[in-house]
Amino acid sequence: MQKKFRILVAKPGLDGHDRGAKIVARALRDAGMEVIYTGLRQTPEQIVSAAVQEDVDAVGLSILSGAHLHLFSKVMELFREQDIADILVFGGGIIPDEDISKLKKLGVAAVFQPGSTTDEIVQFLREALGGQS
Amino acid sequence: MRKKSGERKEFLTVSGRRISACYTPDDLSESQHEDRIGLPGQFPYTRGVHADMYRGKLWTMRQFSGYGTALETNRRQKFLLEQGQTGLSVAFDLPTLMGLDSDHESAAGEVGKCGVAVDSLEDMETLFQGIPLDQVSVSMTINAPAAMLMAMYLVLAEKQGCQVSRLSGTLQNDILKEYIAQKEWIYPPEPSMSLVTDVIEFCTHHLPRYNPVSISGYHIREAGSTAAQELAFTLRDGIEYVEWCLDRGLNVDAFAPRLSFFFNSHNDFFEEIAKFRAARRIWAHLMRDRFEAKDERSWKCRFHTQTAGCSLTSQQPFTNVVRTTIQALAGVLGGTNSLHTNSLDEALALPTEEAAQLALRTQQIIAHESGVTNTADPFGGSYFVETLTNELEKDAQQYIEDIDAMGGMIRAIHEGFPQREIHEASYQYQKAIEAGEQTIVGVNDFVVETESPIETLRIGEEVQAEQVQRLRDLRTRRSGKGVKSALSALQKAARDRQNVMPFLISATREYATLGEMCDTLREVYGTYQETAW
Repeated sequence: MQKKFRILVAKPGLDGHDRGAKIVARALRDAGMEVIYTGLRQTPEQIVSAAVQEDVDAVGLSILSGAHLHLFSKVMELFREQDIADILVFGGGIIPDEDISKLKKLGVAAVFQPGSTTDEIVQFLREALGGQS
Repeated sequence: MRKKSGERKEFLTVSGRRISACYTPDDLSESQHEDRIGLPGQFPYTRGVHADMYRGKLWTMRQFSGYGTALETNRRQKFLLEQGQTGLSVAFDLPTLMGLDSDHESAAGEVGKCGVAVDSLEDMETLFQGIPLDQVSVSMTINAPAAMLMAMYLVLAEKQGCQVSRLSGTLQNDILKEYIAQKEWIYPPEPSMSLVTDVIEFCTHHLPRYNPVSISGYHIREAGSTAAQELAFTLRDGIEYVEWCLDRGLNVDAFAPRLSFFFNSHNDFFEEIAKFRAARRIWAHLMRDRFEAKDERSWKCRFHTQTAGCSLTSQQPFTNVVRTTIQALAGVLGGTNSLHTNSLDEALALPTEEAAQLALRTQQIIAHESGVTNTADPFGGSYFVETLTNELEKDAQQYIEDIDAMGGMIRAIHEGFPQREIHEASYQYQKAIEAGEQTIVGVNDFVVETESPIETLRIGEEVQAEQVQRLRDLRTRRSGKGVKSALSALQKAARDRQNVMPFLISATREYATLGEMCDTLREVYGTYQETAW
């Protein structure tokens, strides 16, 4: 049997808008992946530690508050400190075009803006993680 | 992907409600004219709360606005007033909404980002400098720490020399929809309800022209609910507040006339109009029949409307002007008393000044050019709209009965009931979009490959540093002893279950910060973590 991808879906920061995160979590589950949803208001430290403990293949961050540059760079920094290079980090939310290149420079693999489909996210993960699931 | 009209088998609203090809008098089987439709300004107010509706008074044009520092927001508010806006509405940043000071570690990256940062009375003074609070009505979108912000507002009004009894405006102060949808909470539901009731009780005695709560469906809809769920959960929240106020010993007719509501206006034009009409009819019956209110003002569901932020697209953002126009028109034809129109760039960022101005102009064109304000409830008597109104009323009443049977909204929240219903609806809606059953122009149809980016508002990282510095300066300037003694009096009042409003006002006068006041009560009330999902 093929390995199931394990994905952590996280809501960092103070933002309470969890509609998108919950839809993505459910869609990934429906696509056969194992999903751990952190719930609201996780600090970057909590997210990184959950990712390590749960031994996930990818981490998706949902941020609609405008704090994305700060929160993504914090999470990426902590992953680097932990010397974890193989975790795929992706994200989504209210993120203007001009910030996407900045996030990619930080090492964020993909950013899904409003209007993205859950199918695109599933396809992205399957391709990026090597098509086993 | 788009289905040709001939191929479509079902015609559904945005909320999945089945619509017939044509409506006739047979759809309105009951003889319903007198007691169900009636006349504008008369029970059950299906057709509006005023007899002459917009002839007598236009809706209040109240654009929700706030970003960065108090000074920047003060400038934006004045700009909107100069542009013909008729009321103010303040958006606070996330640390403020969560009752945290700007130098709290969790505030990092969030200060001033999705609203204005307010840490103390000092920021409030800047926020409203040059804006006389007895001459403009101000709405404040604040919930978990609503009582603290209200205290700041009252002390500021006094300092401006205003008579507090003359203040008009609205405090959102609706904690139930936070647990249900918006999720900006501090304390557990029960002590939070007690705080809400403290504010309502205080305002009932001292601010007869002020709305101490705005019972909100907006965020419930934004979280993905259907129109009927928005209607039902909002009105059921209203019931909960009424019951808490009655338990406090208030007379229903003392506070009910100042309860106000806040709804979303989404894409489905007729369903939204029907929802607004049904809201007024259900509330009128609840207040008169269930709570035996005698004063007609207690029966009237007065509400603010905001167009649906969640309907905006980041693709081809100028299409949002059209969506917003249709949604705003539904609000007006549904008899809203106050309106916010979203800006075209809000799927990307907070609005630029130009985008905010165009959003306000949209309302002004509806008000002054379209002619729709000339007559009250123009859709009254339409077979279709009356049928939809009946259907929404029926669906909402079913939910209200179900929640009554669970033991009320707080129980339902603890069990995760409204949260699950909303999540299910949001998931089904997303699936309908992805299957092409629901067209979103520019997103899943009529897509363009390359778009030129539009200018968006940027909130610099320096806002946080400036705000934190101001807060630190304040802490060194004020009397530490005065703050400490006011906060311990506040804590004692909370432990003794006294109304905390007078104690919050005293602490505010000493320039206690928002975080300090909220922390003082955290020690008494505890904090809340969501369990269900």
